[in-house]
Amino acid sequence: MSEILSMKQIVKEYQMGDEISTVLKGIDLNVNSGEFLAILGPSGSGKSTLMNIIGCLDTPTSGEYLLSGREIANQDEKALAHIRRKEIGFIFQSFYLLSRQTALKNVELPLVYSGADKKIRREMAADLLKKVGLEEKINHLPRQLSGGQQQRVAIARALINNPTILLADEPTGALDQKTGHQVMELFHQLNSEGRTIIMITHDVNLAKQAKRVVRILDGNLLEEVV
Amino acid sequence: MLKENLIMAWDNIKNSKMRSFLTSLGIVIGVAAVIALITIVQSATGEMMSQFESLGTDKITVTATGNPLKSGLNSSDLKTLEGLDNVAGVAPSVTMTGSAGRQGILLDEVSILGKNEKFFEADTTEIMQGRKLSALDMDGNTYVCVIDQDIAQSMFANEDALEQRIMVNGQGYTVVGVRDTESTSDIMAGMNTSSSADGTVIIPYRNALALSGASSYSSVDIYFENTDLSDQTIADVEAALDAAFNYKDNSYSILNLGSLLDMMNTMSTLLSALLAGIASIALVVGGIGIMNMMLVSVTERTKEIGLRKALGADPLQIQVLFIIEALALSLAGGVIGIVLGLGISVVATMLIGTEFAVSWGAIGLGAGFSIAVGLIFGWTPAKKASSLKPIDALRTD
Ligand SMILES: Nc1ncnc2c1ncn2[C@@H]1O[C@H](COP(=O)(O)OP(=O)(O)OP(=O)(O)O)[C@@H](O)[C@H]1O
Ligand SMILES: [Mg+2]
Repeated sequence: MSEILSMKQIVKEYQMGDEISTVLKGIDLNVNSGEFLAILGPSGSGKSTLMNIIGCLDTPTSGEYLLSGREIANQDEKALAHIRRKEIGFIFQSFYLLSRQTALKNVELPLVYSGADKKIRREMAADLLKKVGLEEKINHLPRQLSGGQQQRVAIARALINNPTILLADEPTGALDQKTGHQVMELFHQLNSEGRTIIMITHDVNLAKQAKRVVRILDGNLLEEVV
Repeated sequence: MLKENLIMAWDNIKNSKMRSFLTSLGIVIGVAAVIALITIVQSATGEMMSQFESLGTDKITVTATGNPLKSGLNSSDLKTLEGLDNVAGVAPSVTMTGSAGRQGILLDEVSILGKNEKFFEADTTEIMQGRKLSALDMDGNTYVCVIDQDIAQSMFANEDALEQRIMVNGQGYTVVGVRDTESTSDIMAGMNTSSSADGTVIIPYRNALALSGASSYSSVDIYFENTDLSDQTIADVEAALDAAFNYKDNSYSILNLGSLLDMMNTMSTLLSALLAGIASIALVVGGIGIMNMMLVSVTERTKEIGLRKALGADPLQIQVLFIIEALALSLAGGVIGIVLGLGISVVATMLIGTEFAVSWGAIGLGAGFSIAVGLIFGWTPAKKASSLKPIDALRTD
């Protein structure tokens, strides 16, 4: 299996006035293409921080990060935008939907930036919303949707670019057990289709469904034995 | 992509209608002011200029004030002037006020003009009846005249004036033509022909000279063949006149309508530019308004920008989105401003009593200005938006 992502000694520090807090203290992580990885850890341990670095939204203070063989530190903003657009599907912890746009438009958005034809965008977005069980809500605004429904819109949006890696920051946090299971099923299906999935969760039971589990503690990454 | 951006820009403008309107107002006022001022100045001066032009730019008028040794220009001087290069003709002009009468009708405030055939050749005022004065009438012994419509009316009413005899300052003249009355509303009336209350009679110039009792001509029009060569010709005329007056200073002056017109043109352009410059202060203020609104908009939508970037928008795409928004605001303001400015111009020209003429230059300027303002003042906020780090932008609230 080929390595899709490799991190060496990733450190992330935040400067708060005079104090420097080190959230990530030298993370080593390798992920192979097609893996399903769960990241566990207490609140505030730096899971989202790590995820943002993996998704090229944030840069580490130091350390080396290779994604699909490219050194991320060497990429300019335009190249990073291209990577985010083509390779990464991000499901955010707080869904981040555009409040004035319908579910359909929200799902379409990544395709707008890759320059896809409007008709194709429509079709793909509608398809994905159907896949997450929202075919009746495509013209609803986010505020007209429940938290779980909003989460599913965000999932559909993350999938529309057909990304090689799906990054999910607590994707089931806002869902009831039933829909949570549906989402997990969807992830399993996507994973079996060969997509790499990295998922953050608090829920040990959910984590166990992944093929591999790591835990962040005190800024360090520990491999769990499943 | 461009279409998407246009739609997004429109959405955002729509979502803050009042704010967008107020922001564009500065541009509206600025563009309207620029358009109105330029159009009004151009219509007003344009009319003045065309009146000037109708007097002829292909001639100069020499006014001989003379000196103690020589009071004016004599026939041989005229011959010399006529012989100069590029001179198409020389028309001396004798002007006086006198009387004209016929069968119990006496008009005693008539303008009597002595002219030659060259004057009539260049004259643009219509001959309503009969003919102009010709070279054959200029021997000094031919007593024919051309009267204007006013005199024809007062003397002949409905009768035919042609071939009738009238008395001009006591001398009998045969009417050979009736010329249209030069409109007295003409701002330049009297510069060329002194119009008197009762009207104008034009007689051969030699007769007029004899009638006036003067021995030489004090006013001569010189017509050019080619106006492009006027500078050289004027220099030649000056040399000839200097010689004629034996190099005595201040013996004559030259009125050059062509150069006067050039001067007026320059002045009107300067005036337009000055007014437009003052009005464009409003545009700058409007531009700052747009910049302010765009900066607020960037701050308000930081999260949205972060999200767009996280989903794959590159900096350029974000920049274009915000520039288009700024452009849309300023262009909308510009279009409204152009319409408003033209409206003001129509009303203003009506009030001043000049003819309204659409100035495409002013419209182009207004449109160009609003685009420039949108680009210049939209640039900084758009740049700011595009250079936000995605995670920082996403994390703000
Ligand atoms: N921009 C920032 N400036 C300063 N500190 C930050 C910043 N972003 C995150 N942190 C700190 O980094 C730590 C890790 O945050 P992070 O969001 O990664 O936690 P998490 O593991 O995702 O927690 P949760 O499970 O609650 O989502 C926190 O203590 C937080 O205060
Ligand atoms: Mg988190």
